[in-house]
Amino acid sequence: MLRIPCPHCGERDYTEFRYAGDATKTRPAHGTTDARAWHDHVFLFVNPKGPHREHWQHVQGCRQWLVLERDTGTNAVGRSWLARAGEPS
Amino acid sequence: MTASARLPAGGRIDREQPLSFVLDHRLLTGYAGDTLASALLAQGIRLVGRSFKYHRPRGLLAAGVEEPNGLLTLGEGGRRTPNVPATVVELHEGLFCQRQNGWPSVDFDLMAATSWLAPLLGAGFYYKTFMGPRRGSWMFYEPFIRRAAGLGRADHLPDPDRYETRHAFTDVLVIGAGPAGLAAARAASRAGCRVTLVEQDFLLGGSLLSAAIGSADDILRATLEADVAAMPNVEVLRRTTALGVYDGDTVALVERHDHARPDPSKGEAREVVITLRARAIVHATGAIERSLVFGDNDRPGVMLAGAVRTYLNRYAVAVGRQAVIATNNDSAWSTALDLAGAGVGVTLLDERIEAGNGLADAARRAGVDVRHEVRLCRALGRRAVQGVEFARRGGAIERRACDVVGISGGWSPTLHLTSHTGSKPTFDVGLDGFVPGPFAPGHYGAGAIMGTRSLARSLAEGHAVGDAAARHVGAAASAGSAPAPTEEAPTGHAASPPDRAPGRGKAFVDFQNDVTTRDIELAHEEGYHSVEHLKRFTTLGMGTDQGKTSNVDAARHMAALRGIDMAAAGTTTYRPPYTPVSVGALAGRSKGTHFRATRRTPMHDWHLMNGAVMIEAGPWLRPWYYRWAGRAVGSAYVEEMRLVRTGVGISDVSSLGKIDVRGPDAALFLDRVYVNAFAKLPVGKARYGVMLNDDATVLDDGTTARFDDNTFFMTTTTAQAAEVMSWLEFLLQTAWPELRVQVVSVTDRWAGMSVAGPKAREAIALALPGVDLSSEALPYMGVREFDLDGTPVRILRLSFSGELAYEIYVPADKGTSMWTHLLEQAAPLGMRPYGLEALASLRIEKGHVAGLELDHRNTLDDLGLGAMASKSKAFIGRELAGREALKKPGRWSLVGLELLEPTAKLRGGAILFSRHDALEGHGRGYITSVTWSTEHHKLIALALYEDGRMHEGEEILCAYPLKNEIVRARIVSPMFVDPSGERVRA
Amino acid sequence: MKFLSRYSALALARRALTNARWQRAWRSPDPKPSYDVIIVGGGGHGLATAYYLASRHGIRNVAVLERGYLGSGNVGRNTTLVRSNYLLNGNTQFFEHSLQLWEGLSHELNFNVMLSQRGQIVLAHGPSQLDVLARKGNTMRLNGIDAELMERADVQRFLPFLDYSEQSRFPIYGGLFQSRAGTVRHDAVAWGYARAADRLGVDIIENCEVTGFQRDGDRVIGVETTRGLIHAGRTAISVAGHSSQVAAKLGLRLPIESHILQAFVTEPIKPFLDCVVSFGAELFYISQSDKGGMVFGGHIDGFNTYTQRGQFPKVQTIAECAVALIPSMSRLRLLRHWGGIQDMTPDGSPFIGRTPFRNLYLNAGWCYQGFKATPATGWCLAHTIAHDEEHPLIRHLALDRFERGNGHDEYGLGLWTYKQ
Repeated sequence: MLRIPCPHCGERDYTEFRYAGDATKTRPAHGTTDARAWHDHVFLFVNPKGPHREHWQHVQGCRQWLVLERDTGTNAVGRSWLARAGEPS
Repeated sequence: MTASARLPAGGRIDREQPLSFVLDHRLLTGYAGDTLASALLAQGIRLVGRSFKYHRPRGLLAAGVEEPNGLLTLGEGGRRTPNVPATVVELHEGLFCQRQNGWPSVDFDLMAATSWLAPLLGAGFYYKTFMGPRRGSWMFYEPFIRRAAGLGRADHLPDPDRYETRHAFTDVLVIGAGPAGLAAARAASRAGCRVTLVEQDFLLGGSLLSAAIGSADDILRATLEADVAAMPNVEVLRRTTALGVYDGDTVALVERHDHARPDPSKGEAREVVITLRARAIVHATGAIERSLVFGDNDRPGVMLAGAVRTYLNRYAVAVGRQAVIATNNDSAWSTALDLAGAGVGVTLLDERIEAGNGLADAARRAGVDVRHEVRLCRALGRRAVQGVEFARRGGAIERRACDVVGISGGWSPTLHLTSHTGSKPTFDVGLDGFVPGPFAPGHYGAGAIMGTRSLARSLAEGHAVGDAAARHVGAAASAGSAPAPTEEAPTGHAASPPDRAPGRGKAFVDFQNDVTTRDIELAHEEGYHSVEHLKRFTTLGMGTDQGKTSNVDAARHMAALRGIDMAAAGTTTYRPPYTPVSVGALAGRSKGTHFRATRRTPMHDWHLMNGAVMIEAGPWLRPWYYRWAGRAVGSAYVEEMRLVRTGVGISDVSSLGKIDVRGPDAALFLDRVYVNAFAKLPVGKARYGVMLNDDATVLDDGTTARFDDNTFFMTTTTAQAAEVMSWLEFLLQTAWPELRVQVVSVTDRWAGMSVAGPKAREAIALALPGVDLSSEALPYMGVREFDLDGTPVRILRLSFSGELAYEIYVPADKGTSMWTHLLEQAAPLGMRPYGLEALASLRIEKGHVAGLELDHRNTLDDLGLGAMASKSKAFIGRELAGREALKKPGRWSLVGLELLEPTAKLRGGAILFSRHDALEGHGRGYITSVTWSTEHHKLIALALYEDGRMHEGEEILCAYPLKNEIVRARIVSPMFVDPSGERVRA
Repeated sequence: MKFLSRYSALALARRALTNARWQRAWRSPDPKPSYDVIIVGGGGHGLATAYYLASRHGIRNVAVLERGYLGSGNVGRNTTLVRSNYLLNGNTQFFEHSLQLWEGLSHELNFNVMLSQRGQIVLAHGPSQLDVLARKGNTMRLNGIDAELMERADVQRFLPFLDYSEQSRFPIYGGLFQSRAGTVRHDAVAWGYARAADRLGVDIIENCEVTGFQRDGDRVIGVETTRGLIHAGRTAISVAGHSSQVAAKLGLRLPIESHILQAFVTEPIKPFLDCVVSFGAELFYISQSDKGGMVFGGHIDGFNTYTQRGQFPKVQTIAECAVALIPSMSRLRLLRHWGGIQDMTPDGSPFIGRTPFRNLYLNAGWCYQGFKATPATGWCLAHTIAHDEEHPLIRHLALDRFERGNGHDEYGLGLWTYKQ
């Protein structure tokens, strides 16, 4: 079972979380009228086999959205940080 | 049936505790400590089943989980369990079992006639025939094949037993309590770790259990067990199988309690599935003996040599009086020596030129007749082995009479669990078998799984990895010194790769699935070369034993045919579970009403006590209708609708999602997520809002009220509540962290009830006399929050039904008292509760969209809500809403329908056509929701129709071919009730 | 020695009684320097495409390149269901065409793929769910496809061993039955197409991984492989869960995420369940194979991965569904579970057709439904390659459909369903 380090709650089973995919894409600024940018953001994915940064929400815990580093080729889990805080330097 | 094979003394059985059990309606006896297999063998029962395809008589091959033949059906009725290997069943009083896959019986099986057709029934024969004479002819043949296939028969009765699941954590998990595992657990626990030791057997010791009582190995076993038992930080789980190793070093275990005859009425579980998270894992799962491939090697009485020894020493069962032991390695010599010691006549056939150190002398002293460089060609006998034919390579065939044949083709490390992690096994030429590939960090292996056959080395390895695992998890104490065996038993391996001996008869590689060397040759002939093709084409290794004794032999045979080495041939991927596990155990207690959690509103109990018939609404249970209104939903909901249209009713809306939105930027935030504007919503007012997905389809709708400048109270649909909540959090935390807004779900905090009907104001006035409900004080879409004897109350004047209506929210624990207070006080007005069906029907009449229209396919325009979209601000979904296909004519949009044929029915799911259409294809729309209209005294519906409202007034056809119905209806406005909205503003 | 090529009962007898031997199911050729068409991916879809190119369009200078062994992907990992109970315009016709091809496939290929049309019932657990099924059933009937609506009592007569008790958490309300639905022996499909394509001259090249593409401007003119450079007139990519990986070699980003879908089988037992049953309360479907194992599956695990290993909680969730639907399943024993990599798309529908590159065709994004689509995909993709124009049955499945707002959401589950 995938175990996810929540920055608030510690390591937890992935079943406590909700997944929302690729976290490397930035959402176009609100009100941006560039339909192509929205299309690419909503519909296109790199979908890499290997290192991946992804959004998970600890729905059954602190309800924070976090960014998790995980290798999609092995499911090995790396660092995580709160999405609102940004990547620690 | 022959005489008892039980020896007068010895074994790990308790002769003071005889146990009765029933096999095929025959009462038999064994002892505590027996397995079902040992008890059957002790009674001289050799024939335990029939094979899958040829229905050949079969006896036990093994003494453990690898058993391919001895599958029995245990229990009766709802407890009937087919295909259980007798070798893993701990004998208990009253055990009821049947042999399977024979017709009319296993002893006399007419299906054995299939053996005569064997030349036609080679691997994959079914791919080549049963195709004629016509297309679809397979459907004629298939029932015969299906009846012949399968093994045991299962029952359709519900399982009366109870299952549990639990979660656990440990520092070091040791899988397998053989010498290496015990040594590892001993070391890791002495180093100060929390250790969990799991063992599938009901005794600890693994291979040491097969040593004679009182032998040096037996004494060692007792010492190791005592060492481990003395440590308070070791949890020992017997009768527990590690099913699989999953990501995150999580191991699924199943603990079995069948031996104790658990009583579900006392809450005792038959099996418990444990999800264990370990910080380090020691794999000490041992090895499984391989068979030898020769003619008719499946005759009952041909057994793995190790199993013969196990039955002899552990269960005090001498499987025969005259034994032939055939081997390519040293391990089977122990069997020969122990059999000879028990007075059994033994001939030992060793394929090699010589055996390991000292074995020849020991055999001579024990009176074993040893022959080197010979191989078995064929077993003789039919329902029981009566002798063997063997030969030197190229030499003449010799015969030897016997009643048991012990065979050993070497040992395959039990690397199933290490494979689950994705580590590919590698071939070890010296061992002549596959060993685990590289271990992931925190995983360790010791003993036979690593190809180690020496007891001393297994102990040393076990100790070393136990210590290493302890260091890995940060233990600081010393593990002390390794346990040492008192003397080294002959376990040197030195196998010679076996090859196919000459000889007649079928030579089985996979016993259970009846795969022979000829099948492998056939697969080669046809080009099914890779191990995966071989497996899938011949079904090799796909039986209940998953090829534990056969996979390597099969791969070797194919490799030889292809002229490649074993490393290149590889092995198939092992999949969990390691041994079969009850589906019920995996489900645990999540069954019946507990299959999924049930959400109940605060007024749930009141509903039950007051005649509500409940219905599932996602995870919620909500009142469907109340018995005051009728005996069945069809009549009751109409009565309840009438109540709301003419008087006043109350319904429970607590399941609506409720979200507190607070902060200086709350209004700005709502402006972004809703298509319509909220920034200028005055305090004390509510507004209906719609949210879109990023792709411009409608996500949800609901009402949001403003209680002060920075505080909003949002409601969502019941279905989308969790979705909307996460979405808002996602936006605030990932996309717009700069917005000063907090959102909190308060769904469970507030009980909600809707009071609706022309008399709603009067009703509430009776119940809450101090509250000014006048339209001036509380206009339509007005909201009010006040304190009632210390209880906060929120009143929102909104309407889902189209009538004058108020939603009243109070803290959840006050829900029932407010509900009953309202009902009691408004009783003079005839207020009664109404359920979900009436609620949904009232909204259909009013033309409000709900779940069946909000199916993620529709845009704002499709639902007739296009005018809501703000022109002056951006909102989520706006940018992709302009894509051509979402704007072009011909989209299906919301309309009302009224039935034109009074005796017919409108039905949800009917497909709509214009009067001139041919009734075929996908039509021009469909009916989403139907109700009886108490306003119009006819059936009406909401529907989606091509260019919808442009066709208002047009007569169309509603096709429902599933009931051969075509009815006429007219397209009308979806607002059937009070289109000008006078009632809600009354 | 005489080699037997055609399969029949008579041929089986000749093989048994004479020294005749079977011809290999397919050759093992080395790649030629160039082909008219190269199909990347030796799964069911790729092999079917090759077969129809050769048999229907006369294009026989075709190679199918497979990274591992033939059929090693999802064609050999699925739960073997075939059916044509689809709602949306385009899907209905496509899957019905597929089912009709299934119905003739054993004869067409001279390989018994064991199409077992024992029917499928999709259950409804409430009135509105039954209405949704009715809409589908009515649509099917209006398209000439068999469908039958069942009330609870009908279902109970038909399948008396489902849970109709008071304890049932989601009581059965009714269902929609398609009698022509059923199962197919999955490996046989790959082998059958491979053998038939091979007989027509198609080269099936196993253990040949594509490492890159040769381009001339916006034209793809060949593929680089672990067995050398191979020139191609036209190239098709049909690699399911690895679509993004292969497309990335051309700098293409796709509307696809790769997820794991688990499948399950119990020990074999005597006939227990005679049709396919789909639970309506959660995604769960179950049938019994000819060998006797109960074969079942459900939802994807829920996050993207290429590991082909499932998560244990999902195993438990699926087992819970099995027991909730058929309480007597509790006593049966799970023999094996495994995973396949699913190419999931935003709207749950696949992409077949041309791409931004000339002479390059893509078939990807099949989500849960690739197996049942195998014959029709092969049929339509072969047509598309041969004519450089989409077959009418797949026009709704264009790669660029989201740019124009033509999402095709068969189940009405919304964007990126897995995020729920």
